[in-house]
Amino acid sequence: MPFTHCSIRGCVLTDSFAQISASGLAGAPLRRNPWRVLLRRASFWIPAVVLALLAVIAVFPGLFAGLFGNGDPRVCDLGASGASPGDGHPFGQDLQGCDVFANVIYGAQASLSIGVLTTIIAVLVAIVVGTLAGLYGGALDWILSRVTDVFLGFPFLLGAVVLLNSIGDRSVLTISLVLALLGWGTMARIVRGSVRSVQGADFVDAARTMGLSTWRIVVRYILPNSLAPLLVIATIAVGATIVAESSLTYLGIGLRAPAISWGLQLASASGQFQNNPHLLIFPAAFLAVTVLSIITLGDTLRTALDPRRQN
Amino acid sequence: MVKTSWILARRFLGLAIVFFGVTFLIYFCVFALPGDPIRALAGDRPLSESTVNTLRARYHLDEPLLQQYLRYIGGLLQGDFGTNFSGRSVGEQMASRWPVTITLALTAWIIQIVIGVVLGLVSALREGTAVDKGILAVTVLASSVPVFVLGVSAQLVFGVKLAWFPVAGTTTGWPGSYLLPALVITAFGLAAISRLVRSSVLENLQADYVRTAWAKGLSDQRTVGVHVMRNSLIPTVTFLATDLGYLLGGTVIIEGIFNLPGVGNLLFQAIRAHEGPTVVGISTSLILIFLVTSVLVDAVHALLDPRVRLD
Repeated sequence: MPFTHCSIRGCVLTDSFAQISASGLAGAPLRRNPWRVLLRRASFWIPAVVLALLAVIAVFPGLFAGLFGNGDPRVCDLGASGASPGDGHPFGQDLQGCDVFANVIYGAQASLSIGVLTTIIAVLVAIVVGTLAGLYGGALDWILSRVTDVFLGFPFLLGAVVLLNSIGDRSVLTISLVLALLGWGTMARIVRGSVRSVQGADFVDAARTMGLSTWRIVVRYILPNSLAPLLVIATIAVGATIVAESSLTYLGIGLRAPAISWGLQLASASGQFQNNPHLLIFPAAFLAVTVLSIITLGDTLRTALDPRRQN
Repeated sequence: MVKTSWILARRFLGLAIVFFGVTFLIYFCVFALPGDPIRALAGDRPLSESTVNTLRARYHLDEPLLQQYLRYIGGLLQGDFGTNFSGRSVGEQMASRWPVTITLALTAWIIQIVIGVVLGLVSALREGTAVDKGILAVTVLASSVPVFVLGVSAQLVFGVKLAWFPVAGTTTGWPGSYLLPALVITAFGLAAISRLVRSSVLENLQADYVRTAWAKGLSDQRTVGVHVMRNSLIPTVTFLATDLGYLLGGTVIIEGIFNLPGVGNLLFQAIRAHEGPTVVGISTSLILIFLVTSVLVDAVHALLDPRVRLD
């Protein structure tokens, strides 16, 4: 199964995946309950537990930041600028003397929010555009597909740099909107492909013969078929977005200083690597573990939800 | 024949729409950037109203946006990328920069092909073993770390500490100056390519013609080298060609870290300095490269796979 290639450069999805997953999933219903199979796999529950923990950290950072006695990321001691890991400061202190551990804990929120929010917005746009294009076909399909092409043709980094530069106020929401605007194309193609592939399926014809409304057919019969490939891509997109956000911050066009995010910590630490490696290593490790868990989870989901691998 | 030309015409219409769509969006974003380029040109000195108006007229900034855009496209068709606000020709500016970026991207691309195909092939032939899992873990881990973190660390370890490579700049020329940055870019994308090769080799190993080849008594080398690899190349080539486009667009960060005077570097300086024409020029040439690659991908795909013929 081709691998989605998501990076700061954007997402490349080899076409065969969209075709295979769309046609494969449309025809054959899953025989065994894939979720039960998933729960028995270490490659599912280890990343799932890690991500659940990170989600709790992101929502309630206050519960964890104080574990070593210095829970406020904004209480800083300039006298201890760049101090190495030590008592009460397991990850050391940054250049302003703030506790790195507390900052990493509080930074999870911004990074994860951008990843999740961007993906949710992109998925919603993709579902609307992809369904409309796949369902109605004809001129509407042609127009929507060309619009999708335009956004897919946008080099990701270039688009992000230009757009984020023209936005004065950069918050979690505005950054997510920009990243989603550049990222919905791939997913819209998948939705369109799977909607089209089930258009002529017997169960859709049957539903239509029974007199079900188009809306009901779409929600009950057509969309569930595109759910599996979409879920996989969306999972991986969360990881890719987190990496992208930190890189954009490094370029100075992400979140700005009073905010706390992994990207900001990494960006300011990158110039300090030689003298204070701990400033880079700890936020980078948190970010890498997060993204690694997300990618592993996405990949496990892909294998489990692929009907061709069921036997 | 009528059918083929119809398909070709539709394909080129699609390409034209993407080209005009993306360039217009970028044009729009760039010239809607906050800040007045004419006032920025003068720095702190106040400009008289008449000077501002003269300069505006010279750069056609007083015209409606659509008219400016059409004028720009008109010039572009004659090979003119315009002049930026300091009076330099954008085409000339880019001419000295593109070779650096292209060299970097091609170096990374070749390394990626060689290492990626070898890793993918090895993990497919050793499916499920520790070697397979190790390759997966290492490549995915490398792609979970933001590229600038990899870049900064590699620069410190291999450039400063071990002094295997020059730390920055292009004074050593190719390959010395390009090798380390290219390796960093490669590390980031290796997971995708090796997984793709792995999955398509695995798929083909189960194919009937492979069983036939083995049954005929063909050696392993010949079966894998000729029959399996040839078929596995189809998705790989498609992916690699698309990837080259992304490599060209995605070198901004690496060029910055290793101080390579490429297009990405120029793009970033231009955005900071509100040099709209330069930004648009780089974007436009990037998109042209993108579209040309996508046409080439189609052609190569059709060449390799007789089942795919232009539709």
